[in-house]
Amino acid sequence: MSTLQISQVFPKVIAILQRYNKSGSNVHISMQTDLSSDLNLDSLTVMDLIMDLEQEFNISIPMNVMSEIKTAGDLTSTITKLASV
Amino acid sequence: MALLKRFQTVRRQYEHMKSLGVDPFGIKMEKLLSPTEAIINGRKTILIGTNNYLGLTFDPRCQAASAETAYLSGTGTTGSRIANGSYAEHTTLESDLADFYGKKQAMVFSTGYQANLGIISTIAGPDDFLLLDADSHASIYDGAKLGTATVIRFRHNDPNDLDRRLNALQDKPGNKIIVLEGIYSMLGDKAPLTDFVAVKKKYANAYIVLDEAHSMGVLGQTGRGLCQEENVEADIDFIVGTFSKSLGAVGGFCVSDSPEFDLLRLVCRPYMFTASLPPATIASVKTALRIIQQEPQLRYRLWQNVEFFYNQLAQLGFRLGKNKSPVVPIYLPNVEVGTLFWQNLLKNGVYANIVMPPATPMGTVLLRCSICSAHERQQLQKVVDILKKTAEEVGYFAIHTQQKFAVA
Ligand SMILES: Cc1ncc(COP(=O)(O)O)c(C=O)c1O
Repeated sequence: MSTLQISQVFPKVIAILQRYNKSGSNVHISMQTDLSSDLNLDSLTVMDLIMDLEQEFNISIPMNVMSEIKTAGDLTSTITKLASV
Repeated sequence: MALLKRFQTVRRQYEHMKSLGVDPFGIKMEKLLSPTEAIINGRKTILIGTNNYLGLTFDPRCQAASAETAYLSGTGTTGSRIANGSYAEHTTLESDLADFYGKKQAMVFSTGYQANLGIISTIAGPDDFLLLDADSHASIYDGAKLGTATVIRFRHNDPNDLDRRLNALQDKPGNKIIVLEGIYSMLGDKAPLTDFVAVKKKYANAYIVLDEAHSMGVLGQTGRGLCQEENVEADIDFIVGTFSKSLGAVGGFCVSDSPEFDLLRLVCRPYMFTASLPPATIASVKTALRIIQQEPQLRYRLWQNVEFFYNQLAQLGFRLGKNKSPVVPIYLPNVEVGTLFWQNLLKNGVYANIVMPPATPMGTVLLRCSICSAHERQQLQKVVDILKKTAEEVGYFAIHTQQKFAVA
């Protein structure tokens, strides 16, 4: 597998987060955006949107790693790491 | 409150529900009248919210076996199999189960929850991978959490997604343990087991654990579950199940042909460090196990009831799960309509289960109905009529046609 850059991953993370976001369609998503408190995503929904990202990048994010993901930035760096092995 | 601060959302949702005058978690069955009827809030109520698929909780043979054994062997074992010894009932039930499934070994646990907790946490070690269906029961997730393996979820009932993930793990040396359920408890859908078995067979060191909690006694020629219905029994490495549903009692088990199986009794902590089942419970389970093999008419009646109930509801325009199954979920538009529907239904004399966030994703709200072979036809007709009446009271059909559902 080749190396991925955060700049390649982040836009796709934003696109999928926007699809699940329940706080209105115009929320600005930054690396600091908190999935739970800013986007109102419950933990089951986060697990489901992670599946979309796993498919997009052809990776599996283990559940123990998932539990440490709080922000869009955490999600982006985890994916970048896993997809670049 | 400070200790449980992280559960604030749960409290908020529960308080919100109670402010609407609804408390589905506070339901009290004041008196059971039969497998399908109870007194709730002083009223005779028809039950379509149990897991009593074959109605065996009141089978006189099971009741007699249980009562007789309580007299002969006492009310409880007061300890675990490992520390305090096995009773004859434990070991004979284990051989009955092994015979029933045609497997070499069987192990009985105190609940189905503990069976999953024990098996999943023990058979997968630190270098192994557990691959869980996304819709797995809490006991499967908790078993994974208790263990030391790397835990990966794949899309519900999606063999291709499992294949993709196993493919990416091919270079890793550990075992790949796939966990599936026969019938899923909330949506009533079956695993595409034959396809999953085909995926498993492509990979080295891959195993399947199949939880037949809701399919034992319900599917298969002699009630062995989905693995029997799909004729893939030889390819399922561990079958887990429970005595708390179609067998009408309490307890759990695992059967397997694994040559290492016996070692589990010495290393599987949820087996070792809890009291074993009371002999009276085992006596009713043994009787029920014989009944489900010898009386396939219970299964036929169950499926005839399912056919009737599902078709009636579909005709009335209820939004149902895709599959005909003893678990019939009705999709409700949101928590407000859902709780009102559930509450009015109870007032009208029918008890079903309500399932909603945070237990379901994306705001999905379900009224979970479950069918029993002991439901009389006119009882089910009455339930259908009451469901229709309740739906009209809460404006369900009007909302439904406008498609204002949280989730498609
Ligand atoms: C799929 C599944 N597995 C396991 C269990 C646990 O069974 P038990 O009630 O025996 O603990 C249940 C039910 O609660 C279940 O639905």
